[in-house]
Amino acid sequence: MSEYITPIRTYLAVFLALMALTTITVAVAFLELGPFNDIAAMGIAITKACLVVLYFMHVRHSSRLTKMVVVAGFLWLFILIAFIMSDYLTRGMISLQGPIG
Amino acid sequence: MSDTVTTPPRRKHYLNVDYGIKSWLLTQDHKRIAILYLISITFFFIIGGVMAALIRVELATPLGDLVEADTYNRLFTAHGVLMVFLFLIPSIPAVLGNFLIPLMIGAKDLAFPKLNLGSWYVYNLGALLMVAALLRGGTDTGWTFYTPYSSTFADSEVILTALGAFVVGFSSIMTGLNFIVTIHRMRAPGLTWFRLPLFVWAHYGTSLIQVLGTPVVAIAILLVAAERLLHIGIFDPALGGDPVLFQHLFWFYSHPAVYIMILPSMGVISELIAAFSRKRIFGYKFVAFSSLAIAVLGFLVWGHHLFVSSQSIYAGLIFSVLSMLVAVPSAVKVFNWTATLYQGSISWQTPMIYALGFIGLFVIGGLTGTMLATLGIDMHVHDTYFVVAHFHYIMVGGAIMGYLGGLHFWWPKITGRMYSVFWSKIAAGLIFVGFNLTFFPQFLLGYMGMPRRYHAYPEEFQILNVLSSAGATILGLGYLLPLIYLFWSMRYGERAGDNPWGAYGLEWETSSPPPTLNFDEPPVVTTEAYDYLSLREKKLA
Ligand code: HEM
Ligand SMILES: [Cu+2]
Repeated sequence: MSEYITPIRTYLAVFLALMALTTITVAVAFLELGPFNDIAAMGIAITKACLVVLYFMHVRHSSRLTKMVVVAGFLWLFILIAFIMSDYLTRGMISLQGPIG
Repeated sequence: MSDTVTTPPRRKHYLNVDYGIKSWLLTQDHKRIAILYLISITFFFIIGGVMAALIRVELATPLGDLVEADTYNRLFTAHGVLMVFLFLIPSIPAVLGNFLIPLMIGAKDLAFPKLNLGSWYVYNLGALLMVAALLRGGTDTGWTFYTPYSSTFADSEVILTALGAFVVGFSSIMTGLNFIVTIHRMRAPGLTWFRLPLFVWAHYGTSLIQVLGTPVVAIAILLVAAERLLHIGIFDPALGGDPVLFQHLFWFYSHPAVYIMILPSMGVISELIAAFSRKRIFGYKFVAFSSLAIAVLGFLVWGHHLFVSSQSIYAGLIFSVLSMLVAVPSAVKVFNWTATLYQGSISWQTPMIYALGFIGLFVIGGLTGTMLATLGIDMHVHDTYFVVAHFHYIMVGGAIMGYLGGLHFWWPKITGRMYSVFWSKIAAGLIFVGFNLTFFPQFLLGYMGMPRRYHAYPEEFQILNVLSSAGATILGLGYLLPLIYLFWSMRYGERAGDNPWGAYGLEWETSSPPPTLNFDEPPVVTTEAYDYLSLREKKLA
């Protein structure tokens, strides 16, 4: 396995990007965007997480197997959330009638 | 049938290279670590067994006359926690898997020997926390730690026990990680994926579950502790939480975890069936992939534990259908083992008796599982003894049968000695009879409406309960016997020879007990797994 050496420049660029995104998160919090406040905050957070995983954790230049492991982890997190939401989002869909409802 | 005993008594092997406590406690040899695990889990199996005995004595009479309700709650909690977290989950992987995977793939050790030893220490640390909780009076939430009882109301040692389960979880992750890397990277030259013994495939599936699932239960348990200590609102509705969220998080791990307990056992059964029918497992690839299918599908069904909760009926419907799907790869295994037996040259050795017992009992456990997964039936039998019988058929009738079968099969490899064949067959018989007598009546009790987790019951249930308690006595005797004759055999047993069963597989090609580095010469694999045909031809030639 040939090791890919990430140049310092890349690390610096990613670091600056993370800092910039943090600043944007704070800035956006001061704006009244309604539901978009949450969306923006989550979007930025996910972008930052991706940067960290890809560059600081070296996944970008790792083997296909490593990438698969990372993807599997997130896929399982998705399964967890999606199935739990299949419960929460459909709980209200049944309306009880008669003596109990 | 044995390949005659030619081992000179002075040969160096993993047991006699070094003596003294330190050479064991600091060992990095997977075989020695397996023995360390064997000692630990046997200890907790005995403690958990004593708890079970007390439960069955209490239930021999309808009145709660031996222990109080509160003590009873602590008893069945301790029984469940010890048996699941400290015995069944590590049982086959950490003992037999640890010992055999490197041997089966022709490696010198696991990929990370220190991590392996570390996992044993982490296991013991977690176990210590649980023992501390027991000594301080125990926990009364059941092994499932359901909220809001565990998070808000229980005033027993919830945090200590939960923390114990949290810590033990990490040892399980370490083992799984080690196996995955080892199986990927350390196979002998020529040992392609489809030449691997099915035992290894089963452990690969198990390891995936351990790595992907355990973190979730660890965090769920930690959240309970956080809510108890810091009153963060996660599960308590008064604080804005939802108690059923805990059930989701818990079963996201714990349903797959039931497959952590049964998959390795299925791996053992594949080895036993092949060895004692002298045949290649029918449909090898299907059996191999069914392990992966079980590992993946097992993650999509956890909601079948929540049918009788506030879980939405639509989610329940989806989980019900998906649960039926897991039965498919399980059935693939059962049918393929049966097909392997067909026209095989079957010998009735002790391990084979366990293997055949496994198949029958697992089928009953699995079929009642699909009954439970049917929404309508589960409304009726949820939280009754029917459920208790179902999972004991799988975990005791299946998993422990496989564990004992495997232990008897590889015991000559592990210790270099043979146990008493006579006593081992008596024990296998006692266990099979005792098991069925203990747990079959519980199906009837549950179907008649006896709820689980109560220390008293109406009189009309007594006959079946007495039968069950009587069965438990026989079962206990059956478990005691191997403890005695296996121990005895270590000193007085006949020397076993390298391949006493004439079985096929790399682990049988090295000496018994194996040298520290497993093989004197690195093996090269040129044949399929279970190539009994060529083994026979070689013998004839
Ligand atoms: C054919 C596959 C299986 C199906 C469809 C199935 C289905 C179910 C269902 C629906 C329940 C919930 C019943 C209730 O609480 O009302 C249940 C409980 C349980 N099953 Fe299974 N099961 C299967 C295999 C297994 C296996 C392989 C194991 C263990 C190795 C297992 C262990 C358990 C345990 C421990 C519980 C009860 C947990 C508790 O509430 O304490 N099951 N099963
Ligand atoms: Cu389940």
